Amino acid sequence: MSTDGAVKLETRGYNFYYGGFRALKDVDIKINPNQVTAIIGPSGCGKSTFLRTFNRMNELIPGVRVEGQAFLDGESIFGEDVVELRRRVGMVFQRPNPFPKSIYANVTYGPRAHGMRDRSELDQLAERSLRAAALWDEVKDELSKSALALSGGQQQRLCIARALAVEPEVILMDEPASALDPVATLKIEELMRELAREYTIVVVTHNMQQAARVSDHTAFFMMGEDREGYLVEYGPTKEIFTNPKDQRTEDYITGRFG
Amino acid sequence: MPRRYVIDRVVKYVLLLNALISILIVMLIFFFTWREAGDAIGQVGIDTMLLGTIWRPQLEQYGIVPMIMGSVLSTFGAVVLGVPVALLGAIFLAEVAPNAVRELVRPAVELLAGIPSVIYGLFGIVVLVPLVRRIPVPRNNGFSLLAASIVLAVMILPTITNIAEDAIRAVPREYKEGSLALGTTRWQTIVGVIIPAARSGIVAAIILGIGRALGETMAMIMVIGNAIMVPEPLTSNPLTLFLHPARTLTGNIAVEIAYATGVHESALFATGVVLFIFIMVVNSAAHVLVRGRPR
Amino acid sequence: MNAIHAGTSSQSAQDARSAARLSDNLARRHLVERAAFGVVWAAGMVAVLALAVVVGYVLLQGASQVNWEFLTTPPRGGIEAEGGMSTTFMGTLYLVLLCIVLAAPLGVGAAIYLIEYAEQAQAGGRWLSRLVGVARFGVETLAGVPSIIFGLFGYALFVTLLELGFSLLSAGLAGACLILPVIIRTTEEALLAVPLSYREGSLALGATQWQTVSGVVVPAALPGIVTGIVLSIGRVVSETAVFFVTFGGSANMPKSLLSPGRTMALHVYYLAMETRAFAKAMGTGAVLVVATIIINASVSFLSRRVMGRLRGVG
Repeated sequence: MSTDGAVKLETRGYNFYYGGFRALKDVDIKINPNQVTAIIGPSGCGKSTFLRTFNRMNELIPGVRVEGQAFLDGESIFGEDVVELRRRVGMVFQRPNPFPKSIYANVTYGPRAHGMRDRSELDQLAERSLRAAALWDEVKDELSKSALALSGGQQQRLCIARALAVEPEVILMDEPASALDPVATLKIEELMRELAREYTIVVVTHNMQQAARVSDHTAFFMMGEDREGYLVEYGPTKEIFTNPKDQRTEDYITGRFG
Repeated sequence: MPRRYVIDRVVKYVLLLNALISILIVMLIFFFTWREAGDAIGQVGIDTMLLGTIWRPQLEQYGIVPMIMGSVLSTFGAVVLGVPVALLGAIFLAEVAPNAVRELVRPAVELLAGIPSVIYGLFGIVVLVPLVRRIPVPRNNGFSLLAASIVLAVMILPTITNIAEDAIRAVPREYKEGSLALGTTRWQTIVGVIIPAARSGIVAAIILGIGRALGETMAMIMVIGNAIMVPEPLTSNPLTLFLHPARTLTGNIAVEIAYATGVHESALFATGVVLFIFIMVVNSAAHVLVRGRPR
Repeated sequence: MNAIHAGTSSQSAQDARSAARLSDNLARRHLVERAAFGVVWAAGMVAVLALAVVVGYVLLQGASQVNWEFLTTPPRGGIEAEGGMSTTFMGTLYLVLLCIVLAAPLGVGAAIYLIEYAEQAQAGGRWLSRLVGVARFGVETLAGVPSIIFGLFGYALFVTLLELGFSLLSAGLAGACLILPVIIRTTEEALLAVPLSYREGSLALGATQWQTVSGVVVPAALPGIVTGIVLSIGRVVSETAVFFVTFGGSANMPKSLLSPGRTMALHVYYLAMETRAFAKAMGTGAVLVVATIIINASVSFLSRRVMGRLRGVG
């Protein structure tokens, strides 16, 4: 399944196994750059697993196996150095996970790990990233405060800033607002649209309204009989939500199940 | 009242008494040690003992500085030799070793902890001391702070490794994932996020290791030389300080208690009090760090 | 590897800058990681190596000494340290038995109180809960006392004041104090691992608390308790300082509770330090090491069974 235009991320015939159990089956998808692509579907259908394909975070679990191909800018992600891949493809997690360090240390952790030493460069980068994450005004006077002292929504924006600081090309978001209150959630959604102007955003969400509000394209996954996840339909968000091609998509959208 | 209710009541109080036995023993220990130490403290004075550099009971000299130096220096040496290896070993077990290797190394570390201290002392006296004697420095006869430090380092290694490993494993996965997702190597993640997050547990492990080293007795007697003088470097090279023989606070007590009488015996108890306080301070520091600040 | 961005030009300029900066850093980071992991592996192997060297040396040197005669004849002293080590083996055995007999009932009882009854005590009144706090504090402090202090204490109270002299009884009492906190701690853990549902089930049938504890909880916790006792046995076998100043040092077979004696560990010490009979010391040491390994293996085996049982049940 595909859409027109340039392709940033792609999978072909992608299958993923946890040991003997197949979690994802034959996924073919082409994701466009500078857009927000939403991944929706019922619980347990492998959305997060699929998301984590693109920065190979699944490999942290022992005994996993991949069949098929996945590409970033046309080059296989499995051929590339995984450490470098993870810089180019950043991730924001479901529960905010700032390090037990200061706000400044959190944001500059990535760049420093990548070799940036100059203090003024780091300061500038920190400010840029925090501004891009819509957090600068709230923390600019307290950068040395512990990140754990921030509210949930602020922590999540800090994690976004932290991810932005390493200058990625893609940002993967795994239900980034599910642990947050409605006000914080809205802020994150606004942020997603903002960020899409410069980055490619792929977001997994439980919340269909959120997907409809925020994304340009939507991919709908479901769980098959053997509990494997597969891609049912993928297309422009407007079409998916107003005129889905597949009956199962329509059933899910209208709440007949899931 | 049915018999079983009566039994229930009685048993409850009997068990409470059992539970109080520990504190009773602690109080007895305190009481007796203080009582026996009383003579020396009264006649000689605790400050004379703590500052005196000559321990010659025949001449009624009871300065314990030489033994304090012996304990402190051997423990210091053990820390310098043992802590880096123990910490790296903990990182190995917690983050680097594949499961199959871990299954072999972890039991080996635990077994190391269970080996009786005399065995380390025996190995020390038969193998280590002659090895140290080979170092070409005059008046070096092998029985030395160096041999003691090596033996102690091996003895505290398992203690530190176990506790530090637990501390590292306790660091939440989210921190590790967060760091790796930013494009760092595993080593960068360990150094940049995991170790700092496990900091208090690691410090507690080291402190407990120090406590163990300070408390070791028999293995020390066997390799440290039992020289009742303040250790000094054997040559102009300050490192040869560690080739000097010495005596520890613990060794002092063990070696002389059987034949000591009067003030001498009392002074040995006073040494015990000093040691006890040393170690208690060290252990409480570790507890506070492991539990976090007490509520 | 450069992407085609439909973004602003500042983005691609930034990318070019950071990509250039990052690629030479990347190779170095991988190199650093490989070197660091090498050191880490070496450290891991040091522990194994230390064990192998110490244990291996003692076992190898001692093996030549150990034969049936060595194990069954008593040491006969003399310059060459004639004889074997039979009395020291028995000395160790008697001492272990005595320490366990003294400490186990007290320790298990204390642990039962602290786990099963202490909560109610805390609700039941201020002085009672204070008492419980004090009891807990006592256990923790006792656990931190260095062994030579137990020796001193034993010498002052049992050997001197109670006039038991250097004897099995003095050593047993001092040793019991030493292992008491170990037994209490391991029993506490064993009791905590018993599911709440067992207790609730028994109480719901109208049993008293003691009936519940003795009939259901303790039997369920028994493997864990036994593991703790085996652990303490290991402690007594390994320990030297405490018994050095309470047991005496006689190489004869202890005939009564008031006889002096030696443990194997002490025998090794005396052989090495006083008689300088290193060969015999190695022989005794080898037996001691084998005993330690067996005890350690038993503890591992038992605790794994305990874990397995709990997972299979509850």
